[in-house]
Amino acid sequence: MDRRTFLWTSGLGAFVAAGPSFAEVPGQPAGLGEGARASAVLEALPGKRALIKRSYRPPNFETPLEVFRDTITPNDAFFVRYHLAGIPDPDPAQWRLSLGGAAAGKSLSLSLADLQSGFEQVELPAVCLCSGNRRGLSSPHVAGVQWGYGAMGNARWGGVRLRDLLAKVAPAAEAMEVLFDGADSPVLERTPDYVKSLPLWKALDENTLLAFTMNGEPLPRWNGAPVRLVVPGWTATYWVKHLDSIRVETQPLKNFWMASAYRIPKGKFPVVDRFLTQETETTTPITEIIVNSLLTSPLEGQRLAPGDPLLVEGIAWDGGFGIASVDVSTDGGVHWSRAELAPELGRFSFRGFRQVFPGLSAGRHVVMARASNRAGTTQTLDLIFNPAGYHNNVVQRIAVDIV
Amino acid sequence: MKWVALLGLLAVVPAVASEEQVRLQEAEGRTRAEAHCSMCHSLDYIPLNAGILDRKGWEASVNKMIKVMGAPIPAGEVPALVDYLTRNYGKQ
Repeated sequence: MDRRTFLWTSGLGAFVAAGPSFAEVPGQPAGLGEGARASAVLEALPGKRALIKRSYRPPNFETPLEVFRDTITPNDAFFVRYHLAGIPDPDPAQWRLSLGGAAAGKSLSLSLADLQSGFEQVELPAVCLCSGNRRGLSSPHVAGVQWGYGAMGNARWGGVRLRDLLAKVAPAAEAMEVLFDGADSPVLERTPDYVKSLPLWKALDENTLLAFTMNGEPLPRWNGAPVRLVVPGWTATYWVKHLDSIRVETQPLKNFWMASAYRIPKGKFPVVDRFLTQETETTTPITEIIVNSLLTSPLEGQRLAPGDPLLVEGIAWDGGFGIASVDVSTDGGVHWSRAELAPELGRFSFRGFRQVFPGLSAGRHVVMARASNRAGTTQTLDLIFNPAGYHNNVVQRIAVDIV
Repeated sequence: MKWVALLGLLAVVPAVASEEQVRLQEAEGRTRAEAHCSMCHSLDYIPLNAGILDRKGWEASVNKMIKVMGAPIPAGEVPALVDYLTRNYGKQ
């Protein structure tokens, strides 16, 4: 343990000083289970605005829907997700990153200043999305953190390319996977430490970064300070926070977090990227984010007067092919029209869409939005059920009453 | 890594103020359930998942905590713990 971990751990009482800002959570999705709705409160972690609390320890806090009216998610509203309760607050000046492993030609230890001065500095907007986002909407419900819509965010990540660092340790020809460990730690010795791996080809992708800024500011503690892995296009399970060790290895990583967790049934989802060294006969690790969208207007249960224009607005995203189109419907999917897309910030980013429908007739209107990406895949109308509730990209149905 | 000094510390440090307000259903077995489950995580994980797991599901969840996560729950206490979770937070 380092000194900073100790300080943070013994400083848990800081929550008390910050003063919880309780509030019932308005506008929770109708599809959430009763337990999830009853136990949700709006509460602020230190340095964050009030978010939707799913669990306190480890902290799992979700971004409220209204935040997604902006394409970039502010740092203080960005969701928080941890598996292990020992969360460090490393001193950036003391932080060290070690690089090595059986398939590394040499070992290195780098400081934050080394990263800031010794490598090309890059910035990239990318969606960080929890694999289990919308798990709480699974039908039937499945156990786990009951996320609604907000276990995701889109930020401009600034840092250095992982491949530039890997080049310094001369990976051998037999290098297979690159392993990432952070300074967060379990309460019990026997609990598996959170270590993840990437296939070498993904680690060498020019977009895979070590980020130390988020929207131009240092990373918040709750989002992985001082340095985290950023894997644009892939779900957040790979975006290891508080990163302090990178190892290039010749064998697949066989721990709980790779071999048991974060796996999907093979062949069920429209994914392109495969993580072959981790596949089994029946399951495969989750890889890229599948195409999806979120309506920020209208809201569930919203009422309008006849003649009022109906604003259909939201964001769409995918695993990096880029959004090709978003179709919207106000009659439950009978008729569709193409929404206007906002300019693309980058192919890994949220992309805004909107369409205004003037003066709909009185009665109930079911609004839907269905995004398609440049790989030719589109959102599903019926849930692709899987036991962990991953990859929920079911087209939303938002009922609006015009009375 | 770095678990050694965390162990013990977490037990004596006041947890999140609001976490203290989470109480499980008053019923036989509550105290034991609170003690076993709150070693590693806040108790709100249980009401968060209310109504999702049947007896078999809660049993699998408790066994995962023991076998995979290393929770030191004596084998003899598992049936009572599963009873409590199923009765108070089980799928109807």
